[in-house]
Amino acid sequence: MQLIVNGQSHDLDADPQMPLLWALRDLLGLTGTKYGCGIAQCGACTVHMDGMAVRACQITLAEVGGEITTIEGLGTPEAPHPVQAAWIAGQVAQCGYCQSGQIMQAAALLSLNAEPDDAAIDAAMSGNLCRCATYPRIRAAIRDAALRMGGV
Amino acid sequence: MARIGRIARRGFLIGSVAVAGGVAFGAWRYARPLPDPFAGSGERALNPYVLIDAEGVTLVAPRADKGQGARWLQAALIAEELDIDPATARIVPGPVSPTYYNRALIADFLPFAPTDTGWLAETARSAADIPARLLGWQMTGGSSSTADGFDKLREAGAVARETLKEAAARRHGLSRADLNTEDGAVLLPDGRRIPYPDLAVEAAALEPVTDIVLRDRSQWRWLGKPMARADVVAKSTGRQVYGIDLTLPEMLHATVRMAPWGGTVARLDPVAAESLPGVLRVLPIDGGVAVLARDTWSAMRAAAALDVDFAGPDRPGDQDAIWAGLAAAHEAGDIDSRKRDDGDVDAAIGAGDLTAEYRAPFLAHAPMEPMNATVLVADGACTIWAGTQVPDFAVARAAALTGLPETAIRLENQMIGGSFGRRLEIDFIEQAVQVAMAVPGRPVKLTWTREEDFAHDQARPAQIARMRGRVTADGVQALDLTVASPSVIASWFGRVSSAPPGPDVSITTGAWDQPLAIPNFRVTGLRAPETVPVSSWRSVGASTNGFFLGTALDEMFAAGGIDPMEGLLRLCDHEPSRAVLEALRDLSGWTGRQAGPGRGRGVAFCLSFGVPCAEVVEVEETPLGLRLTAAFAVADVGIVLDPVNAEAQLSGGMLFGLGHAMNCELTYRGHRPDQTNYHAHEGLRMHQTPETAVRLLENGPLRGLGEPGVPPAAAALGNAIFAATGQRLREMPFARGVRFA
Repeated sequence: MQLIVNGQSHDLDADPQMPLLWALRDLLGLTGTKYGCGIAQCGACTVHMDGMAVRACQITLAEVGGEITTIEGLGTPEAPHPVQAAWIAGQVAQCGYCQSGQIMQAAALLSLNAEPDDAAIDAAMSGNLCRCATYPRIRAAIRDAALRMGGV
Repeated sequence: MARIGRIARRGFLIGSVAVAGGVAFGAWRYARPLPDPFAGSGERALNPYVLIDAEGVTLVAPRADKGQGARWLQAALIAEELDIDPATARIVPGPVSPTYYNRALIADFLPFAPTDTGWLAETARSAADIPARLLGWQMTGGSSSTADGFDKLREAGAVARETLKEAAARRHGLSRADLNTEDGAVLLPDGRRIPYPDLAVEAAALEPVTDIVLRDRSQWRWLGKPMARADVVAKSTGRQVYGIDLTLPEMLHATVRMAPWGGTVARLDPVAAESLPGVLRVLPIDGGVAVLARDTWSAMRAAAALDVDFAGPDRPGDQDAIWAGLAAAHEAGDIDSRKRDDGDVDAAIGAGDLTAEYRAPFLAHAPMEPMNATVLVADGACTIWAGTQVPDFAVARAAALTGLPETAIRLENQMIGGSFGRRLEIDFIEQAVQVAMAVPGRPVKLTWTREEDFAHDQARPAQIARMRGRVTADGVQALDLTVASPSVIASWFGRVSSAPPGPDVSITTGAWDQPLAIPNFRVTGLRAPETVPVSSWRSVGASTNGFFLGTALDEMFAAGGIDPMEGLLRLCDHEPSRAVLEALRDLSGWTGRQAGPGRGRGVAFCLSFGVPCAEVVEVEETPLGLRLTAAFAVADVGIVLDPVNAEAQLSGGMLFGLGHAMNCELTYRGHRPDQTNYHAHEGLRMHQTPETAVRLLENGPLRGLGEPGVPPAAAALGNAIFAATGQRLREMPFARGVRFA
């Protein structure tokens, strides 16, 4: 089956019931998208489907209905997305395992709401668990990213 | 250490065995240096922490990084003296070797309070060098990496730097004193720069220069200043490879379904699972069943479909029976330890004085990265790729399982996506080794489901504490605290190695050792029998004792009409701790418990891992429930080596403590927790996170900060809830007693 990930088309010979998460990780080698819970409770597997934040553990390959963007496709170490740049400048990550999902969720939030207030940030981000509790820096990085994106 | 393997094949043999071990580990104090961890592999390191070849400088950071920033800080300690920007060096975890023993951690096992700087305590701590060396533990834990590495990693960098200078001096007929170093190069008097790699071969032929003087911190270029951790870029762009992300050619995937710890597989019918697509084999392993498949999802799907029954161990495994066992330990009163017994509490406390009982629940570590390990067994050797805090225990177990000598086991430590103590356990590595043994020549990556992680965590122990106390308007006169708990040390050692004899002082750590001048003060530990497996959970004994003692003191202050900040300051007899409390009073704008209608503040203090830490939490009542509006923390780590990360550790530790105190517990039924995934054990989420402010002081000895932010948090929150509502919470999680917004 056909899958467009980060602008590239892939022809996958896989069980259509396989969750997108595992196709990305095991079949395409895109391991930036993380497995955390498998039941949409942690958000570590958040990717974009046609720009919307979705949990890759909950979408089977048969259900994929749009172009997928993963953390690897959002930006690179050399050319980070403004959200990634804000995350780096704010030194958000501790263990970092949830941060791919946090960043994808935040990027989707900012694409819909260029100036989210604290309530909007809380509402959008509360599905993304961080066991290191980096939340204060996540909040600050989202505000910073909003400024960076507004300035472009 | 693939890179070192490549170096060996290219024949870049640099360094010398005589260099290795000696200087970096202070071996001048001993007759024989520690073993060179690269010896016998045809490889040579300039010293065990620095490796330089034609391509650049590699810094070896042997303490595991589970998010606390240890890998970066170890590199920065070396780099500061080596004169190289740590961001330009390769940073590797290094091989498993007794040479990387952890002196600071062993020192914390000694029976002296961290504030005891008397002659006997200091002598015993310095003697800890010897047992640590004999045990050779390369353990990461106990917030010890910073204290352990501070001198020896800088010494390693300085020795390397001076030896490189000596090599340059000889090449150019100059004196070493005429040379300088900067940004990875030796500077000649005429301004020419010789990059370190150009000198590596010549430096390797020299006796190392060991007459070094470590630089004063006023000369530091990186340490003590805001640094940008190299891993943060990788972690923000999806490029960081954790153990779970490892991909090897020909790799197979596996997962497990395990019996409760100590239990067995009672019945197994593999046919249904084996018939699912992608599944290669169902194989019994010790205490459970593994599924081997072509991809992770196929393995997990088949494991869920396994037709298997387990039998639990012959121990209580239900929550009610576990609480009853803890209560029974109080009734029996068999003392495991009594390390504090000042004055005469029995004479001082009488009828009518305060009594209370507190409960702390089992808690899961549940780090974001599920347990995983990749293992290849081939050609009489076994290679393990796994994130672990105890690599030498893992190697020993792998040797026992495979029947191979320990020299045939190679472990490559991986970047870890959180631990909180979970990766002090090696169960997932033992399982992966067994699966890999069934398919020699093929690497196998074993990945746990989150459900397996909850079912098979070795939890923070449930505990019951009882207090009796006497307070007058003049202050706290007497406090008798008794804590009943299963032994973390016995449970954990029993799994990874062998249990040591003697009391488990961790049962009362964070209580008996506090710098509080209560005239009559007694702390007693009671050991309850082991029921379900328990282990170290971020800040270990202090995580619960900080709650018990911090709440007990607040109850007494309230009964005596004493402001709790003032009350703590009056009791505190340790200058760095007093300074922490005073700084917290200022940072939080403390004006008392009350902060307006429906608003309250709580304060708590705990000295753990040698770090005094105090926290204030503010809560307000809202129509949706209690909301945390602010949280403040102050701690003293002696020297703040990495200020950006230290702030994150302190803030994160406090929030970790708050989230679990509010929301989390494991309750067992038939040896398994009712909580199967994050929905039932959330910790903290964004919407419940208060604004935080933290401050770090530098008055005490150098210590680490991975854990000390945790212990005061629960008591500070419970005390704030009391201030706001009048309701005293003596049992965690607090969500059992109040509603949070």
